Amino acid sequence: MRKNVIIKTISRLSVPFIQVFALYVIVHGALGAGGGFQGGVVFAASFILMIIAFGLTCVRQRFSYRWIVALSALGITIYATIGLLCLIPGGSYLGYGSIETALGVPHLHGYLIDAVEVGIGITVMATMTSIIYDMSDRGGESS
Amino acid sequence: MIEPLYELFFARYNYWMAIILMLIGLYALIAKQNLVKKLIGLNIFQTAIFLFYISLGEVRGGTAPIYLPEGVDALYVNPLPHVLILTAIVVGVSVTAVGLSLIVRIHEEYGVIDEADLVQELRRR
Amino acid sequence: MKLKALLAVLFLGIILFWAVGDLPAFGDPEAPATQYTGELYIRSVLPDIGIENIVTAILASYRGFDTLGEVVVIFTAGISVALLLRRGGRL
Repeated sequence: MRKNVIIKTISRLSVPFIQVFALYVIVHGALGAGGGFQGGVVFAASFILMIIAFGLTCVRQRFSYRWIVALSALGITIYATIGLLCLIPGGSYLGYGSIETALGVPHLHGYLIDAVEVGIGITVMATMTSIIYDMSDRGGESS
Repeated sequence: MIEPLYELFFARYNYWMAIILMLIGLYALIAKQNLVKKLIGLNIFQTAIFLFYISLGEVRGGTAPIYLPEGVDALYVNPLPHVLILTAIVVGVSVTAVGLSLIVRIHEEYGVIDEADLVQELRRR
Repeated sequence: MKLKALLAVLFLGIILFWAVGDLPAFGDPEAPATQYTGELYIRSVLPDIGIENIVTAILASYRGFDTLGEVVVIFTAGISVALLLRRGGRL
């Protein structure tokens, strides 16, 4: 039991910083290097660190499997819905220019790209976490 | 004699490195018996393809394809290979995940991971 | 060492090395890949879209439909792993 003290302390200290860095990478997709895929995988890496340090049962009590699967469907729904919203002012599917000329808000093209990146990040994070839940739960040992 | 040799070896060394990695991955995919080692060979093969493709878009003296502030004149590398390889990396991760879960199910069902033992098990049943 | 596999791999390697002579040199600014399409994207992202990252602009705006397909691929991988490894149907 004493062997786990170092791993538990270090992961308890560093998981918030990893998650903040992941959010930074997702949101700065339009300004510098980064984007939805990269930030989503870094966010899932923080969950994997928690599973390695504290065990699967303890993490599943906080982030249940139903929520993770629902999140992975939510992200792709955000992406497809923004694409459908671009059809209303008369543009083409996923053509953000039509919403920008219809509403008249400047730089709306950039903000819509940010929203789409957030959707991608949510789906990638939820899918990676769901894969690690399934692979480390062999035989139904932990409910 | 020295000029075509320089052209073939030293001016195109990135293709040589990518092809050598590709051959290593292909050998691991074909010749190894263990299923997990075959999957690792597939990953090495994919990585070699990514390196080959991104090195096609390099411009000598170019910087990353992010706009520098106004007024600074810069040469950017070709952004299109980076976009296509981003998609390809995600596809590689998906293939690895599904392949590994298939290996877990094969081990649960037949008890072996080796290819020769697996064929023997299938023939026995 | 499997001899047949090694021979096949070496044969493929010789064919590929023979084709290296036709490819453009590393970092060539006159390569046809960078001259037409690359220049077009670099020139037209800032007037059309207005964000600084060219790669994200191409990925989310010019080729947004491919990225939608990409997210569907990773979602399908997650669902496939869940179908293969879940036992008993508890979700």
